[in-house]
Amino acid sequence: MKVLYFAWMRERVGIAEEDVELPAGVTDVAGLVEWMKTRGGGFQNAFTEMTVVRTAVNQVHVDLSHPLENGDEVAFFPPVTGGGA
Amino acid sequence: MIRVQTEDFDAGAEIDAMRERCADADAGGLCSFIGVVRAGEGADQITSMTLEHYPGMTEKEMARIEAEARQRWPLADVLILHRTGRLVPGDQIVLVLTASRHRKASLAAAEFLIDWLKTKAPFWKSEETAGEARWVAARASDEEAAAKWD
Repeated sequence: MKVLYFAWMRERVGIAEEDVELPAGVTDVAGLVEWMKTRGGGFQNAFTEMTVVRTAVNQVHVDLSHPLENGDEVAFFPPVTGGGA
Repeated sequence: MIRVQTEDFDAGAEIDAMRERCADADAGGLCSFIGVVRAGEGADQITSMTLEHYPGMTEKEMARIEAEARQRWPLADVLILHRTGRLVPGDQIVLVLTASRHRKASLAAAEFLIDWLKTKAPFWKSEETAGEARWVAARASDEEAAAKWD
């Protein structure tokens, strides 16, 4: 599974992307988030306040209950801030 | 049509090109929105900003937003152009163009497109002030503007 991080999520975890084997017992985004917190350091910090973290699976916005499979592309990022004034 | 680029754009040339593409569509209304980088005021004043995005998803999400607008209004043509990289106050950042037979569809669709673009397309602004860089936080008012189209 490819995991991508953007904006301050990238800065907090310290990497832009990584390959992760879907951890045993993890079936959805919420489960992956809980597993991320157990990695400690920047990961624990990045995934603590999930109200300001958004998720995409295979480049589509999803919520925490979205199911995951090995081979998915998962991205974590802050709420988006593009566009004009 | 969607485009993501670091280079600046020529809004006049883009409008002319759209008018030509619409030559046989009987489009009587062409609406444009240009977003410009603001300097801000006082302690919030910025010297520059850098736009990061999610290559791949950005294009998919912009195409989905265009498709949604085309489903809601009878549009002859759509252009959503968003810049990335480093920009300074006064720079153009985004261009939305819509064309339709009558004005109402093009005006409403342009507002819809920019509202949805701001809350759904994966772009993130980092603002640089005199001494530091900070990530721009999403605004509740932008969410409210997008939600009115739900």
